[in-house]
Amino acid sequence: MRTAPRVGNFLLQFLLPAALLLGYGVWSAQADSFYFPPLTEIGSTFAETWLFERVPVDLLPSVSRLAAGYGLAVVVGVTAGIALGLSRRARLTAEPVVEFLRALPAPALIPFALLLFGTGTNSKVFIIALGTVWPILLNTIDGVRGLESQQLDMARSYRIPSRSVLLHIILPAASPRIFAGMRTSLSIGIILMVISEMVASANGLGYFILQSQRGFEIPEMWTGIVVIGLLGFVLNWLFLRVEARVLFWHRGAKGLLGESAAAPTADAAPTADAAPTSAAALTADAPTPVAATADGRGPDTATTPNVPSTARSSRPVS
Amino acid sequence: MRVAEKVTTAPSPQPGTGPVAGRSREGSLRRRALDWVPRLLGIAAILVVLEVCSRTGVLPRESFPPVSEIYGSLLGLVGDPGLWVEIGRTMRGWAVGLLLAAVLAVPLGMLLGASRRAFQMSRLVIEFLRPVPSVALIPLAVLVFGVGQDMKVFLVAFACFWPILFQSIYGVQDVDPVARDTARSYGLPPLARFARIILPSAAPYIATGLRISSAIALILALTAELVVGAPGLGRAIVVSQVSGSITQMYALILATGLLGWLLNTVFIAVERRLLRWHPSHREVAL
Repeated sequence: MRTAPRVGNFLLQFLLPAALLLGYGVWSAQADSFYFPPLTEIGSTFAETWLFERVPVDLLPSVSRLAAGYGLAVVVGVTAGIALGLSRRARLTAEPVVEFLRALPAPALIPFALLLFGTGTNSKVFIIALGTVWPILLNTIDGVRGLESQQLDMARSYRIPSRSVLLHIILPAASPRIFAGMRTSLSIGIILMVISEMVASANGLGYFILQSQRGFEIPEMWTGIVVIGLLGFVLNWLFLRVEARVLFWHRGAKGLLGESAAAPTADAAPTADAAPTSAAALTADAPTPVAATADGRGPDTATTPNVPSTARSSRPVS
Repeated sequence: MRVAEKVTTAPSPQPGTGPVAGRSREGSLRRRALDWVPRLLGIAAILVVLEVCSRTGVLPRESFPPVSEIYGSLLGLVGDPGLWVEIGRTMRGWAVGLLLAAVLAVPLGMLLGASRRAFQMSRLVIEFLRPVPSVALIPLAVLVFGVGQDMKVFLVAFACFWPILFQSIYGVQDVDPVARDTARSYGLPPLARFARIILPSAAPYIATGLRISSAIALILALTAELVVGAPGLGRAIVVSQVSGSITQMYALILATGLLGWLLNTVFIAVERRLLRWHPSHREVAL
């Protein structure tokens, strides 16, 4: 019905990126700057370097370290988070230590990791895991605590075995929060992957860009930066896909609830994108209208990570 | 893509804390005092375990000096002006970078939040730049700014820019439309609308953005010192590791952790105080 403005809006999005790229291309072609090589040179160097000569040498080790460290953090964070979420006493006991370790910037532990594991892959995996575990842990604790106690009481009075309680009640209820934490951790993980490879390393993306800089191979350095940027972008995108799939029930339920309110805004990018998903995070105990509107933004979820928590906190209200 | 941080760091409203409201004040105070027993026990337990492990040789003593020695070393360092100089260097990078990011990101975020068209135009650029880890820019920053304080400030500012920008955008976009329209229909001039409607409702978001960024700023400042060797705590840690004074390395790491914890605590306290009127801060959930 209103296709014309929508196409216009769609094209508008590409205007600025195109202008920026073009601007840089034109400027760098004549600027003859040492630090900012021409776009075409970066492009050709990129093709030479990353298709696919250095992929197994630098990209794969980086990604596998990230996967190992991140996977470790997910396992430890979720397990410990459920345990701490269920027991108030354990939570209080662990609180000071968790708070301290969380506040400790992970890079500060790189020398410690080198001491402990040497310069190999293990120290990098350790740093990544240590830095990414906290958001997952804290979100899991919150997710488990947010579980309605009636559900647990119900499960107990029906004598549901604890394994089933864990798998069918606790985990699903906490999963939106767990995913929110995992998402935060993913970007931290990429950062730590790069940092850990910059110190005492023999390969990896971080190593590559730092070496290129030290060797004054500026176009190579730029291609490394582009690769890291693309990696971050792609992993983020993949994560959203996985999240949408795993939490489909969550979104589905939300979609039904918010159907009437959400349908018209689904396509109108401005309002839908502007959806203040954070409203619920900040005003979970605010008057009903806020929560209700936040709840109505259902289909927008594809781009909004913390919608899960939005949904949960607003569900009791609606 | 947007608000992931908020989930972990939003002040405190957690569902499931409802019953707390009903409890009597006295009882909750006593309970809160009692809560400190397991907390202190937790700290004591971990310290004792580490001490024993190191003294008995379960952990190799040369890489894991006993906790008591680490604390002793830290106490010794506290009396030494050298430590405070390093902390000052780190904190200067932290503060200048954070300030710079805030000065740039808050107005820009408010502008993008207020104008749909501007937001749409810049959306792709922002969405693409945001996941780009700031540390990827370290080599570039070294080339352009050298290895000193400027490089540190640039990295901190770049990394802190995004959370503050996003929070400002959401804050402005999240202004209650009824309040906004009411103000407009009562003929409030734009400046008054900004000061009375937009700024107050965006303030909690911006505060959250600043708090997230403060932690990020510390990480980036330390990274700049550790990896590149800009002067500060991070470099001091590396120096003591390389020179073999492991106890001092641990003491410095401990100091860094305490610094991070202190910053976070101060930020939360200030936020609570300044935004006491806001619903999310009205009731302290525990």
